[in-house]
This record gives sequence, C-alpha cells and structure tokens, in this order.
Amino acid sequence: MNATITRLAARSLFGRRRGVLLVVLPFLLVALSMAVALLTEATSAVDPVTAVFGLGLVLPLVALLVSTGVIGPEIEDGSIVYLLATPVSRLSVAVSKQVVASVVTVVLGAGAVLTSALVLAPGSPGQALALGLGAVVAGLAYCGLFVALSALLRHGTVAGLIYVLVFEGLLASWLSGLRYLSVGSFGRRVAGALTDDLDLVVRDMSLVYGVVAALVFTVGGALVTAHRLRSFELRGDD
Amino acid sequence: MSMLEVRAVSRWYGNVVAVNDVTMQIGPGVTGLLGPNGAGKTTLIAMMAGFLAPSAGTVTLDGEQVWHHPTAYRHLGLVPEREVSFGYLTARQFVRAKAELHGLSEVGRATERALEIVELDADAGRPIGTYSKGMRQRAKLASALVHDPSVLLLDEPFNGVDPRQRLHLMVLLSRMGQEGRTVLFSSHILEEVEQIARQVEVVVAGRHAASGDFGAIRRLMTDRPTRYRVRSNDDRALAALLMAQDFVRGVSLEPRGAVAVQVTDFGTFAHALPRLAREAGLTLLEVIPTDESLESVFTYLVSA
Repeated sequence: MNATITRLAARSLFGRRRGVLLVVLPFLLVALSMAVALLTEATSAVDPVTAVFGLGLVLPLVALLVSTGVIGPEIEDGSIVYLLATPVSRLSVAVSKQVVASVVTVVLGAGAVLTSALVLAPGSPGQALALGLGAVVAGLAYCGLFVALSALLRHGTVAGLIYVLVFEGLLASWLSGLRYLSVGSFGRRVAGALTDDLDLVVRDMSLVYGVVAALVFTVGGALVTAHRLRSFELRGDD
Repeated sequence: MSMLEVRAVSRWYGNVVAVNDVTMQIGPGVTGLLGPNGAGKTTLIAMMAGFLAPSAGTVTLDGEQVWHHPTAYRHLGLVPEREVSFGYLTARQFVRAKAELHGLSEVGRATERALEIVELDADAGRPIGTYSKGMRQRAKLASALVHDPSVLLLDEPFNGVDPRQRLHLMVLLSRMGQEGRTVLFSSHILEEVEQIARQVEVVVAGRHAASGDFGAIRRLMTDRPTRYRVRSNDDRALAALLMAQDFVRGVSLEPRGAVAVQVTDFGTFAHALPRLAREAGLTLLEVIPTDESLESVFTYLVSA
C-alpha cells in the first residue's frame, strides 16, 4: 500500500461534489430509521429498513459511489498516467485505492447500517452488531468488485448499478442459485450467523462459502485492478 | 546520457494503422517530433513512455524494454498532453506527491528545486485548477522533472500556451537539452520545432517521413514544387508567359478563369512574377498559394 496514493484518493473523493453525495445515502437511512422509530413499532422494522433498504441498497450504492470515485474518473480522463509514470507497483496503486474505498464504505455504509439497527432496536445490540459486521464483509467485497469494474469498464458505474439493481435486486431474488454470486448474500449470511432475530440467512449457503466468496471478491478485485493498471494504455486523438 | 530506441515499431487498432514500421533513435539534446494532427505522434510518445504496447517492434530505453517495466520511470519523465485532473491540489502538493511516489530521499528539497526550475515557486501555493494553461504546463513539467530524469518526453507542450509562456517553456527545454538530457517533444507547428530542436523526426500518417538536422528538412520543405492560382486581366497570355520560365513545371487554365501554376522554386517565382507581368503589360488580380498547408508539406516529404 502506498500512503501518497491513499492520501490523493481520499482527497479526490471528498474534494468534489461526490463527497456530499456519499453522505446523503447513509444520512437518509439513519433519518428514515429515526422516523420509523418515532412513528411505528420500530423493532419489527429492522428487517425492512436496516436489512433490506440499508444492507440491500444503501450499502452497495455507497460502495459503488466510493469505488468508482477513487479510480474511474482518473482512468476515464487518462490522468492516472501521472500516478503510473512512477516506479510504484501497480498492485500497490490498486490496493491503496481499494483500501480508501473500503474504509469510507465501512465508515459511511456499514456505520449507517449499524446506527439504523441501533435506532430501531436499541434493546438488541447483538442484532445491530451482526448486521454491522455483515455490512462490513459485504462492503469490502463490493469495493473489490466495483473498483475492478470501474478500472475495467468505461461505464463501470452503470455496470455496478446493473449488478446491484438487476442482478442482486431482481434475478438473485428469483433464482436462488444466483445468490452464490451475490455480494449482498455473503453479507447477509455472515450477519445471519451472528443473530437469530432476523431471517437473513440464505438457507442453503454455508457460512464458510459466504466468507470465502467475500474474500475472493475483495482480493480478486484488487488483483484484477492491478492487472488493468499494468496494461493501462494512454491513447491520444491520433 | 540516455538513448531511447524505437526499432521497427508498428501499432494498429483493428484495421487502422496508427504507427507503421517506425525506427528512430533519440539521444541527448532536444529532438522535435514533427507531424500534422493525427500523424501518430501521441501514439509514438505513448509507446516510448511505456503506456502503449507496440503491435510489432521494440521500444527500449538504454537497452531495456519500457512496456511493463515501471522501473524505467526512475530515468524517464513524461509530460502528457492530458490535463492534470488533480486541480484541487496546489502545484506544490502535486509535485511533492510525485516526489513521494518516486521514493526520493529529500522530498521537500526535490519539490522546491523542480518548482524553481519551471519558475513556479512563487505561485506553487495556489490550486492547479486556478492556473492558466501555461502555468498548468509548467506544473506538469515540474512533476515530470522532480526525480531529475535523464529522459523527458513531452506531448504537444506548447498547445494553447500564450506566447510569453511558450518562450519560457522553449528556453527551459533548450537548457535541459544543453544539460545532456534526452528531450523529445511533439508538435505540429514547424516554427516551434525550428526554434529549439536541431534534430527533427517527421511523422506523417503513421510513417517516419524524414529524420535529421532541421536545416536539411527545412530545405526539403521549401524546395518542393508549389502550386499557385493566379488571376490576371489576360490569363491565357499569362499562362504562355509562365510556361516559358525555367522555374515553372506546369501551367493549366482553370474553367472559372485563373491560371494554375506549379513552380519548382517558389522564391524565384515570387520575385519574377510581378516583373514578368509588368513587362508584358498584364495586371495581376490575385495570387493564391493552393498547397501551402502543413499537410501538403508533410505529404511531399513522404513522397520525396
């Protein structure tokens, strides 16, 4: 990992309008949780609000915004050449950027999931912790996937959105076999192993598979990104 | 003293050939890579800088392949045409970051030295986003110089830069060449290349059209046959008069009333035409060069 790359990546995230966007979604989750806690029987809302909306939508969207933000624009406009025209290893560049994306996703995304669960069910800190940990695992894997997607594809954000909304949101809920490729399922599997209060478990997926698959997405993402950077081509108008 | 060697290099994208079997050696001093827009200059520089794999041939820096060898950047500095997207950083922060990435031992000193070389030290505390084009170019140059590379590659460094800053950049590049660095810059403007580069490599349509001392290339360019369209009060008489001259290769009458003339020596033609017309009692209404574009000069060089 390279401290200069991480510093620059963090500044590029919060130095732009995107920085405000990153805070909006977690804020929305916490605000919604507070509104539900005030207006309804909050404990039963943990499942639809924290697990479905928070873990299923807010977390991947935060991860997507952060991950594409740390590398996508620099590859798109070619200015990553300023970082790559140095002897720093491409793996180090990839890992540094992914670490920044992961830390921000964990703090904002998983932090919001944990806060939401605590707001809705303050009497069940174990349940909140389980959801928070599941969000951390999923957040790390999402970052691996989305950083790699935005390094590989010109429209990495769109590809990421399709993955979250179409693949995970629609297809994986109809075709149970696809859950084995759904990062959200890995997170829910880990959370489900730590609490019995929620119906989070993808029943036929083993905990070991969930953890290993999340690890594969996390590490594999960094390796794919490094490979892409090694072969980064600078093209001009001619 | 470093030597950049391009040997039988081609680069194609599908059916499109961007660079076609180019061989050249770039040694110490300032070399200009001259060619019209779309000639393949950026593609060549990208391959020299290790940011594009040649489809065929090899690019080496002091005998070592550049592609897939990031260690080459210890000796190589690159100033791409692309703008710095780190506009929120100050020039000092940007150059310092590059110094850190190069793993320099005295980051602060190297940063200040690079900023002083490009004379940006006074404004280095301002965000790059607030700079003029010329200042941004100097910030890019400082970042490429911070590790004191022996080879410096610059892609169209004078594009969009105002005349005063252009002159400043030219002085800088000349000085670096005199210091023994291998400096290569691309340009599509003859006069820019003429002012600072004695060695010129001309690229046209992806091919290496000419190489050598600028004087020789300039002579090739100016001695080529040139076409003009001349209108007068009696085009037929003018055509007959011109055809009798040694420096005229061909004459034809245009349907809309003008004489198309091809000359072998435009200097002699320029001096002789008014005199000939006056002696024959003809009035010249219009003299227009019809192939003075840079592209036509390059095209001639390719066929020469």
